[in-house]
Amino acid sequence: MTVALSGKGVTEELAKRIPGAIVSSDDKGIIIASDKLLPVAEFLKSSQFALDYLANLTAVDYMDYFEVVYHLFSLQHNQSLTLKTRCYDRERPAVPSVVSVWCGADLQEREVYDLMGIAFEGHPNLKRIVLWEGFPGHPLRRDYL
Amino acid sequence: MEIEPGLPVYSSHELNVAEGAEVERMRRTMDQPIPDPADWLEERELSRNILLTTVDKAVQWGRHYSTWPVNFGLACCAFEMISLAASRFDVSRFGMELLRASPRQADLMWVCGTLTWKMAPALRRIYDQMPEPKWVLAMGVCAISGGTFRESYAVVPGVNCIVPVDVYVPGCPPRPEALMYGVMKLHEKIMSQSVTRYFSIPLITRGAK
Repeated sequence: MTVALSGKGVTEELAKRIPGAIVSSDDKGIIIASDKLLPVAEFLKSSQFALDYLANLTAVDYMDYFEVVYHLFSLQHNQSLTLKTRCYDRERPAVPSVVSVWCGADLQEREVYDLMGIAFEGHPNLKRIVLWEGFPGHPLRRDYL
Repeated sequence: MEIEPGLPVYSSHELNVAEGAEVERMRRTMDQPIPDPADWLEERELSRNILLTTVDKAVQWGRHYSTWPVNFGLACCAFEMISLAASRFDVSRFGMELLRASPRQADLMWVCGTLTWKMAPALRRIYDQMPEPKWVLAMGVCAISGGTFRESYAVVPGVNCIVPVDVYVPGCPPRPEALMYGVMKLHEKIMSQSVTRYFSIPLITRGAK
């Protein structure tokens, strides 16, 4: 059975290594500042947590901001962690790409880009994956239609 | 193109843009459904002479017992179509056991399932590659009218926006018996479709652009 890591436990380690990265944390996960996403991702993968498997990457539209959600797993320790980051710019939302850390993020970031319109900076091939080029808008946004 | 080892291979962006332009063109121009080819219902005295009816009979008989389908399985309807082809329902009784992988050897295209706009150019291309005479069977509500997904931004509201449809088989999904009934209805249609009259149908109803 996979054990869900408490956000609070990971926070203490994170705050020591990367100061200013954590926005908030609770039992369910951690919310981190988007400009610190890449160092945090690298730390979580290479540190004692060994969160080496990105199971799912998705995004939620809260109208005030977009939240990108990362579901991480450690195959070694059989533990999981939910990582979130927010971007407040509705016109040009952007967060750093984690393809350099978890390769599996490639297609999932493209899907989020396609349906939610969030640009992933540093993605090697950021273009639409489900819809065709020239489709107007991003259908999973809450203000679509 | 040389491929660097260890790096993923991506499709070219120009290709995607061209494909997207094709989809947009289809969305703009195909608002009105293509009328169903129904000219064969008309009676014409000239083509009813003895010689032509006899030739017709032979050709129709040959055609309707060897309608080789190209399968266009798009959604769950495809499984009903597959079970029609399997041993229990055994579509080979109708002389159509050869589900062609190539449209160039097929006479009938059965469209089984939801057609999305991104798939529409591929459907049209395969239809255009089929040699005349050709027929289309729309299977399931999604293929007929878009069904549940009719209002969706991604779904074509009926295959007849893209290609002319000869037989509609309703259901969600239709059982293999229903598809078999549709095939038998198509046989009836082929049997009453004169060789001369088929080519007298205006080009637009035969699906030419």
